[in-house]
Amino acid sequence: MSAMLEALCQNLQEHLGDRLKSIKVALGEVTIEVAVADYLHVMQTLRDEPQLAFDELIDLCGVDYSTYGHEPGKGPRFAAVTHLLSVATNRRLRVRCFAAADDFPAVPSVTAIWNSADWFEREAFDLYGIVFPGHEDLRRILTDYGFIGHPFRKDFPISGYVEMRYDPEQQRVIYQPVTIEPREITPRIVREATYGDTDNA
Amino acid sequence: MPELRNFTLNFGPQHPAAHGVLRMVLELDGEVVVRADPHIGLLHRATEKLAETRTWIQSVPYMDRLDYMSMMCNEHAYCMAIERLLQIEVPIRAQYIRVMFDEITRILNHLLWVGCHGLDVGAMTMVLYAFREREDLVDAYEAVSGARMHAAYYRPGGVYRDLPDRMSQYQESKWKSAAQIRPFNEARSGSLLDFLDDFASRFPKLLDEYETLLTDNRIWKQRLVDVGIVTPERALQRGFSGPMLRGSGIAWDLRKKQPYEVYDRLDFDIPVGVTGDSYDRYLVRMEEMRQSNRILKQCIDWLRQNPGPVMSDNHKVAPPDREAMKSNMEELIHHFKLCTEGIHVPEGEVYSAVEHPKGEFGVYLVSDGANKPYRLKIRAPGYVHLSAMNEMARGHMLADVVTIIGSQDIVFGEIDR
Repeated sequence: MSAMLEALCQNLQEHLGDRLKSIKVALGEVTIEVAVADYLHVMQTLRDEPQLAFDELIDLCGVDYSTYGHEPGKGPRFAAVTHLLSVATNRRLRVRCFAAADDFPAVPSVTAIWNSADWFEREAFDLYGIVFPGHEDLRRILTDYGFIGHPFRKDFPISGYVEMRYDPEQQRVIYQPVTIEPREITPRIVREATYGDTDNA
Repeated sequence: MPELRNFTLNFGPQHPAAHGVLRMVLELDGEVVVRADPHIGLLHRATEKLAETRTWIQSVPYMDRLDYMSMMCNEHAYCMAIERLLQIEVPIRAQYIRVMFDEITRILNHLLWVGCHGLDVGAMTMVLYAFREREDLVDAYEAVSGARMHAAYYRPGGVYRDLPDRMSQYQESKWKSAAQIRPFNEARSGSLLDFLDDFASRFPKLLDEYETLLTDNRIWKQRLVDVGIVTPERALQRGFSGPMLRGSGIAWDLRKKQPYEVYDRLDFDIPVGVTGDSYDRYLVRMEEMRQSNRILKQCIDWLRQNPGPVMSDNHKVAPPDREAMKSNMEELIHHFKLCTEGIHVPEGEVYSAVEHPKGEFGVYLVSDGANKPYRLKIRAPGYVHLSAMNEMARGHMLADVVTIIGSQDIVFGEIDR
């Protein structure tokens, strides 16, 4: 671990203390996890504390962990993952916040702290159905007007539910149930950790 | 006294200055914009969801189609993310080739940008000149990958193949005699590097020509100066990056601040604006082209002197060469596994960002150890810049909206994903 990451971890421990659920360093990146209740406060500290000074929110996205790895369905399902950048100190940080309830996931909005979160939160709401209380204008953004469902959830089929076509009889564009079936050419495979390890077989 | 109401106007999605499929609902008070509400998603293809159903390498061509004006830079961020998850080294020659093509891509993107931006605000000539130079650069794309736009040239572990020793040449036809095509073929008589060297020596002069057309042009300045001013504080708040951030006076460039590949070995400068208006962003981008040309030259010199492999020799990631595959059982198995099942990327998550011509293009990958990504998030710079549209356009005239869209340099492939 480089000295810079170490210093960042120390600063985080110092200023956030027990509000950090976990802190992890992997592949040269620091990831912290916070609870929904502490989320806003932590984010505010991350921006305003001069030693941290994360002045830019680079990215915010939803993740659906429901089919993750070998043991799917363990733990909470939805998370909002934020990538922060400090232009002042040249550091990056990843913040993950799991939504408490799976059937109505909600994570507080950080638009008041970083205005750039505006469209990112709209996107996460649109694609994953994560609600961001405190967001002033939480509309759908990428999907069609009048779209039903949240397409990036793992239980949403890749081909969707409806398709659109021009109907010559009614002389207008209509929606109908999809007529294509998704096919999987290469199956998804998660190998056990020792797979292909001929030395220790 | 009649009741006065604001006028709501639909701008796009078929407006030529909307740069694709931007639908913007503008609320106008007379000719002044009160509120701008961009409606995006008309080009949404769910690239990120599709990538979850493909193997790691099958998604590389999807990356080209994100920002379809700077194809190889998108691939770069994606391949770099996979390489970091796998923790593999890319051969140094491949790194130089990537940097060289990143800079070619930057020139390609900025040329198209200056042409279209000129077209939007009334300078017809620019687009004709810009496309003349773009032609040479897309030929370089074609020479290495076979495709003029959607190259799929960068692969996890390196680049698909080494630079070619000869360029394709114009053929004599019944429309063009041998004497007519000879000048066109002169620069193409050598290798790709000779061709690019010729381009790099011509290009600064051509840039000077563009600048005489625009930089001090009275109409150009009237349309651009003091339009869409963004202060440094607001630029950070709105998550700006790339030329949009530098135009506002913040010297931030990932190539310098968080260097990746071989950028730390190259000599180049970062132009920074002062006022943060559209004119400053124009100047920044013009200077960036000059700097890219400098990097291009350095890469050409290095690549001439240093032959070597361009693909990782880790055959769990990169396929073995055909000859080895046909003669060696081990390599045959590797080839078979790679082509049927694909790479297995260890569990973990990574965010890798490159200095894309438009700003910071980031790829956030979550892997659970499968042969497909668990989650891919693409952080498109244009998405963030367009989200500041309301703030930038408010209080400006309707015609300035076109200037602001132009100076944001947006492409809908990446915004809608």
